[in-house]
Amino acid sequence: MSGYRLSSGGQIDRARPLSFAFDGKRYQGYAGDTLASALLANGVDLFGRSFKYHRPRGLFSAGVEEPNALVTLRSGARAEPNTRATVVELYDGLEASSQNRWPSLAFDVMAMNQLAGPLFSAGFYYKTFMGPTRKAWMLYEYFIRKAAGLGAGTLLPDPDRYEEMNAFCDVLVVGAGPAGLMAATAAASSGARVILADEQSALGGNLRGSASAQENLAGLAALDNVTLLARTTVYGYYDDNTLGAVERVADHVAAPAEGQPRERHWTIRAKQVVLATGAIERPIIFGDNDKPGVMLADAGRLYVERHGVAPGRRVAVFANNDGAYRSVAALTTAGVAVSAIVDARREIGAEAQAIAAASGAELLLGQVVTRALGGQRLSGIEVAAFDPVQGARDGAQRQISADCLLVSGGWTPTIHLASQAGGPARWDDSLTAFLPGEASQPWRAAGACQGTLDSAACFAEGAQAGAEAARACGLSPNPVSLPGAKTEPLADVPLPVWDARPPHGKGKAFVDLQHDVTASDISLAHREGFRSVEHLKRYTTLGMATDQGKTSNVTGLALMARERKLSIPEVGTTRFRPPYTPVSLGALAGQARGSHFRPTRRTAMHDWHVENGAEMQAAGLWLRPRIYAQGSETVEQAYSREARQVRASVGMVDVSTLGKIDVQGLDAAEFLNRVYSNGFLKLPEGKARYGLMLREDGFLWDDGTTWRLSETQFLMTTTTANAAPVLSQLEFLLAAVWPELKVAVTSVTEQWAGMAVSGPKSREVLASVLDDLDMSNEALPFMGVRKGHLNGLPVLVARLSFSGELAYEVYCGAHHGEAVWSRILEAGKPFGMIPYGVEALGTLRIEKGHVAGPELDGRTTAEDLGLAGMTSRKKHYIGSSMLKREGLTDPARLKLVGFVSADGGKIRAGAHLVAANDTSSPPRSLGHITSTTYSPALEKYIALGLLEDGPERVGEKLVATYPLKNIDVDVEVVSSHFFDPEGSRMHV
Amino acid sequence: MLQITCPHCGARAESEFHNGGEAHIERPKDPAALTDAEWAEFVFLRDNPKGLLLERWNHTQGCRRWFNVARDTVTYEILAVYPMGSQPPALDPRRYV
Ligand SMILES: [Zn+2]
Repeated sequence: MSGYRLSSGGQIDRARPLSFAFDGKRYQGYAGDTLASALLANGVDLFGRSFKYHRPRGLFSAGVEEPNALVTLRSGARAEPNTRATVVELYDGLEASSQNRWPSLAFDVMAMNQLAGPLFSAGFYYKTFMGPTRKAWMLYEYFIRKAAGLGAGTLLPDPDRYEEMNAFCDVLVVGAGPAGLMAATAAASSGARVILADEQSALGGNLRGSASAQENLAGLAALDNVTLLARTTVYGYYDDNTLGAVERVADHVAAPAEGQPRERHWTIRAKQVVLATGAIERPIIFGDNDKPGVMLADAGRLYVERHGVAPGRRVAVFANNDGAYRSVAALTTAGVAVSAIVDARREIGAEAQAIAAASGAELLLGQVVTRALGGQRLSGIEVAAFDPVQGARDGAQRQISADCLLVSGGWTPTIHLASQAGGPARWDDSLTAFLPGEASQPWRAAGACQGTLDSAACFAEGAQAGAEAARACGLSPNPVSLPGAKTEPLADVPLPVWDARPPHGKGKAFVDLQHDVTASDISLAHREGFRSVEHLKRYTTLGMATDQGKTSNVTGLALMARERKLSIPEVGTTRFRPPYTPVSLGALAGQARGSHFRPTRRTAMHDWHVENGAEMQAAGLWLRPRIYAQGSETVEQAYSREARQVRASVGMVDVSTLGKIDVQGLDAAEFLNRVYSNGFLKLPEGKARYGLMLREDGFLWDDGTTWRLSETQFLMTTTTANAAPVLSQLEFLLAAVWPELKVAVTSVTEQWAGMAVSGPKSREVLASVLDDLDMSNEALPFMGVRKGHLNGLPVLVARLSFSGELAYEVYCGAHHGEAVWSRILEAGKPFGMIPYGVEALGTLRIEKGHVAGPELDGRTTAEDLGLAGMTSRKKHYIGSSMLKREGLTDPARLKLVGFVSADGGKIRAGAHLVAANDTSSPPRSLGHITSTTYSPALEKYIALGLLEDGPERVGEKLVATYPLKNIDVDVEVVSSHFFDPEGSRMHV
Repeated sequence: MLQITCPHCGARAESEFHNGGEAHIERPKDPAALTDAEWAEFVFLRDNPKGLLLERWNHTQGCRRWFNVARDTVTYEILAVYPMGSQPPALDPRRYV
């Protein structure tokens, strides 16, 4: 096509020229242009290559429905592929590039895919690469994916910010055309909180720029109860009248201004919704209908009226309804010559005839365009006589020269949002279109989206819908005056013509331009039995591209209906899914990215750890010190040193992340006795007890110590990972299962800082810093809990040991955490006291054979882990009944044992245990390794694991194999109590 | 996203809540009296009706209290909210299928 800029007209600012580049070549446009209109004005007609066949493609539309003109906007970190040139607002310095072509847009090697056309017909991939030839897919996938596709995304992090907004309103009006404007005006007159959103750069729809629309919008803008959102696409309709919208705050400029987000995501909860989403023109298909230069008729009008751009020098029109004559009139007014009007109808109304006569075009009634001619661009059309029953006739084709063909096949109401929140779409036979179905949420439709195409009727319908929506909110709208629009004499009721090709017509006839689905693909799908609308869609990929088939769905259904000899509503339609148009991931992610993806929890001593060289590691949301490396120590060297020092003297570890739950009430002991598998009724005040919690299905769930602080108050600790789930379970049991128990539970994890002081010198260290506690074995025996003070600060001290050494846990108020921590370490200086991290904590507990997360994996029972003695037989508790199931008492279950490396090799967690002489491939797994460490106490690599007949195999030699890394380690099965099995060290 | 009316806090977004599954599942009062099959029924088996479902919800990100909800699993419409321990309101299940 040979588009050019008209010398006057359009809503562009000719005083503000803008410079931009497409594929590296510089052009000039004006403020008010889109990228599409500016390129069209510069005579550019080749915008991209098609998805499968790499055919040259040009502009097809002037809006969001564009299937062809997809470009990559910007470059580097801001590169955005598959952007529709028709909705990109031009700005100075804009850079865009074409896609899916190599080496260049004009000469594309992959265009030879066209020659291999039959290969790429519907179902090609399934047929060729499934079954016996499936292996071929592996070989060809790379090349096929490279050849077929769209633009490439960037791998660089997005430099821009995205905002989230939650909005609540009485009435949300989607679409600010004639119907939407009046709906918002009517609803706002009642005082309702109204949001009016429209995807275009300015509100007004078809009235954009008109005096009446400006006046109307100015009136709305002056109201406090009205929010106007331009550049805002309402893309999804969700439950309970929640709608998702994206506002493009700074997408129409090169980069957002300081502090400005690129996009803002709106979650809008509306009491009532008015859908005034308009309609999209549909094409009629014919041979080679994808040739650059073939364009929707209304798009031609918009380029002329809105942008002052003529779509071609020799324009022809092809229509089956009066809508196209609006475009003819617009072109004529602007001085653009229309050479021929081909209309499938044998008769047209007086108004259309008058427009045709005024244009000077040759009017060809009862005829259709059967084929587009030309190479990389349109040079002419073939025209043949048309019979409403027989279709186009073969032979006697006439050729007409044209560089632009405006096509109008009628209107497809934009029912996407209505379909998302409503029943099946309704077929309207006279409009040959689907209309919104029954509303299943409080919305009502108005204007073109429900088939009303006449402006005056749209105004009235919008006003009525807005007033009804306000009334449904319990408000009283005032009557509004409707703009004086004359009833249109043009009728948009189309003559149903879908495929204008004669029986032996030439050329590919595209139904879905973006996915390269042709009319013959639909015939093929029918022949092969993929006849239901759902099968048709998936087999041919019709309507599954990023445009969701906005210009192709109805035509596709019509062709299938023709094949099946059914009516279109009998074939049916698919339901639309969000989003209406593509939504950037940035807008959906909002602020939840990088370190803000989820909260970070830090203990009271966090800053101390970091200042003192701790390497921090994540444990769920928490950050915990892993090791405090000295000099160039490796991780293993650091934790070995730390563990050694604990056993030799004393060390301290931050245990603040353990879950802590305050359990209070007259029935607190009874409650704990029902949730733990071991007895808690007789736990005396001032004592702690290690408890096991089971799930109702009998498996082990969590463990921890619970301290009785008074007759009616307990402090429960849980593992770090289960802090929240255990609290939830306790709350649930109290609310739903045992509401009669007088117990309250509260999370106090954040309120307490906790530290474990471990090692033979721990008593001396604490005795020297505690103000008022007798730390002797008699005064504070094993598992004893005391309240005391440290430097005047209240603390809880419990004599508990996870390391097997003489050890204490000291808890204090969280804001005293760092002070207490520092004071204890200072007191420990004479003993060489060190802080230790979770690696050494793990080493010490593995040496003692204590279980932790890797053993409590949700598949183990108390008996599996050697803890059967802790499951009471005398009482009922959560999990006790299911614990006796056959599967849970099966002697063949894997049991916990220890392993030492026999060959000095490091044992990997997750390694499988196999017999040394098992040569089968793969060898039979006898169990697996759960936790591993180097043991400084044993000076060997050791591990815990679960093994068939575990305890009976002590002394056996096995292989711990890790085939993913090809690592085999010879191990010996030992007791899981590697170090001080009698527990003598912690009882001193 | 559903809007759920917490009986203690008022209408809030679904994302503040946690679904606790079918309501009115009573934990056996006399555990020893149950057969294995009855235990399995209690622990593992839940109804999955099309239409009216009585279920428990917890206002996890709010007051943390539990309450019951009667919901239509076809339309997701919340038909009633009522306290733990009380009987469900009289709703005809056939109306919601
Ligand atoms: Zn609440």
